[in-house]
Amino acid sequence: MWPEELSRARLHVVTGKGGTGKTTVAAALALALASGGRRTLLVEVENRQGIAQLFDTSPLPYAETRIAVAPGGGEVRALAIDPEAALLDYLEMFYNLGIAGRTLRKMGAIEFATTLAPGLRDVLLTGKVKECVTRTGEDGRHLYDAVVLDAPPTGRVVPFLDVTKAMADLSKSGPINRQSEGVVRLLHSADTVVHLVTIGEDLPVTETLETVTELDAADLRTGAVIVNRADPRRLPARSVESAADGRVDRVRIRAGLSEAGIELTDAQLDGLIEETVEHAQLLQSSEAALARLSARPPDGPAEPLPRLELPEMLDGVELGALYELAELLAGQGVHSNAVPRPSRVAEAARR
Amino acid sequence: MSPRPETPHLDIDTVLDNPTTNVLVCCGSGGVGKTTTAAALAVRAAERGRRTVVLTIDPARRLAEALGLSTLSNEPKQVPEVGAGGRGELHAMMLDMRRTFDEMVYQHSTPDRAEKIVANPFYQTISSSFSGTQEYMAMEKLGQLAATGTWDLIVVDTPPSRSALDFLDAPQRMSSFLDGKMIRLLSAPARAGGKGLRRLVGVGFGLFAKAVGTIIGGQMLADASAFVQAFDTMFGGFRERATMTYELLRSPGTAFVVIAAPEPDALREAAYFVDRLAGEQMPLAGLILNRVHPALADLPAGRARELADQVEQAGNARLASAVLRLHADRVDRAAREQRLLGRFTNAHPSVAVTQVAAVAGDITDLAGLREIGERLSGPGRAPVESAALG
Repeated sequence: MWPEELSRARLHVVTGKGGTGKTTVAAALALALASGGRRTLLVEVENRQGIAQLFDTSPLPYAETRIAVAPGGGEVRALAIDPEAALLDYLEMFYNLGIAGRTLRKMGAIEFATTLAPGLRDVLLTGKVKECVTRTGEDGRHLYDAVVLDAPPTGRVVPFLDVTKAMADLSKSGPINRQSEGVVRLLHSADTVVHLVTIGEDLPVTETLETVTELDAADLRTGAVIVNRADPRRLPARSVESAADGRVDRVRIRAGLSEAGIELTDAQLDGLIEETVEHAQLLQSSEAALARLSARPPDGPAEPLPRLELPEMLDGVELGALYELAELLAGQGVHSNAVPRPSRVAEAARR
Repeated sequence: MSPRPETPHLDIDTVLDNPTTNVLVCCGSGGVGKTTTAAALAVRAAERGRRTVVLTIDPARRLAEALGLSTLSNEPKQVPEVGAGGRGELHAMMLDMRRTFDEMVYQHSTPDRAEKIVANPFYQTISSSFSGTQEYMAMEKLGQLAATGTWDLIVVDTPPSRSALDFLDAPQRMSSFLDGKMIRLLSAPARAGGKGLRRLVGVGFGLFAKAVGTIIGGQMLADASAFVQAFDTMFGGFRERATMTYELLRSPGTAFVVIAAPEPDALREAAYFVDRLAGEQMPLAGLILNRVHPALADLPAGRARELADQVEQAGNARLASAVLRLHADRVDRAAREQRLLGRFTNAHPSVAVTQVAAVAGDITDLAGLREIGERLSGPGRAPVESAALG
């Protein structure tokens, strides 16, 4: 379940091993946190346009764009931060580059500069995220009740968030250094939590546990572990072990079927049994992997991690499925503590 | 939409047995089972009588152990249990990109100069964390292995990048970083680039260089500049080798297989890659659709769910209804997988395809790799077509 303290966080960082569905989970989380009249921002930083593909919209510009309406009158906006554009923004702010900026970019100069100092890229991205989290609207309220960051995968997320370390690569003076102090404060405060997406396989679980340790060491807060594509638990628990060993009670299945007046051919029954064995084997290895999430150290985490589950979407993740996933998250307690915003309709009526 | 019936079948054994094929490149986006597939192809090729080497990149620990690799090994090591008896042999290695890079530097430079380069902080950044280095070094290693002339077949795994295209672009991208034009512009913009360029970017570039200096610090620029000066003399050699490897990839002795999982992202990447290979005139053998879940019983999903309802109404036969519902899920999954593949084959009707059914659990030994090899070379279709169409 989702612990109440996570509902106070304003920056939700979502990471996970590649292939675990971290972008999908981040999008569902942004929807769940927006429901009931909140406004959230879903941010991506890897030049992948993963959000646009998920919501089936045209590629996101480097500008915040409304992409979905949440249940109960909230809204989700999205932003794809491009580090090169972010660097140009900075330079533009402090040195008036004019149109030379575009030419420089075309020449690869910006990419070159961000490669010279790998930390620079990350500092620019987290700097922009911080600006979104802290920005206030005309009413003095934060423009976004929560920002959900689709972050780099588990292997790279801690260096990405460890701005202090990245800054060590960079010059000790200058505009970016000054701004980074605020970023460090935000990322290490209770306003920021890092959620980890995994699936029931060995490697993703191992990476999740390693990342939890790294986050602790870097003094960053771990949020929830979200087990994606969890098994729907169709098979009775007591049948799993024997089925995984290849023993499926054929007689019992036949009896159960004929009780309902159903006759299947031998070939059909063979196929069903083979599928059941494969399923049970998969289930068993996935349960063994997931058990490590709640094991004691040294295999498991130092503190038990709050765990949420999402099922696999067999028809694929389309917009409708995202709403379904968001609802499932809400059902496990996911919400934002922010005061709901007056809906547009209500606002219009008041005027 | 399911795959077009006339989609050609990718016959893996024909590819592996072809004596004129000397290089087999496995590519695809991250997380599709590329490394395991490369290893399984290599095991199979060796057991079919070819003297094979597999270049793996960052394999999972237990897969590496299955190949007898416990640490990074920049030279191939024989896997003794494979191909015993016949001419076939399997050798395996795990790319050590830093060492490959260091060796290149030493080879193209005087010892003095090489020491200086290897100790430079900027070189250390480039050789260990620049995003294209692994790709570049994989291609360099492939070139080295091919140059020895001792292998019938070199199977290459490509780095686990997000995008399947990275490894084709990396050497070029890296070259443009290392050729020194950019760093000269940054460190001494007044002298570099010639009049034309200066006029083009005008005073902006001077400002940019100053700004970059302010942001990333003078030391970094000085390191980079020293590196580029030391590197300058070797650059021609590097570029020449990259060009040779590129030509090797375009030669008829090379075959590419693109590996994808039945997921939209992986198939989208596979499609980009197929188009790109065609554009570069690089020889594609076909697509391996990995980890599919064909239905094994001929019973449509809807019908299975109706039957499960009936069973539940009739009594308490939980196992029977569970088995039916599991089947219905599987049919739906298989149908979705074939729909996704159908999108690919419609856009690329001439690309040969084979499908590999998913194996439960991780592959941790040679027996597992042989099993994958069997599945790779099988008929590659769902055994029960009608059920898969649901």
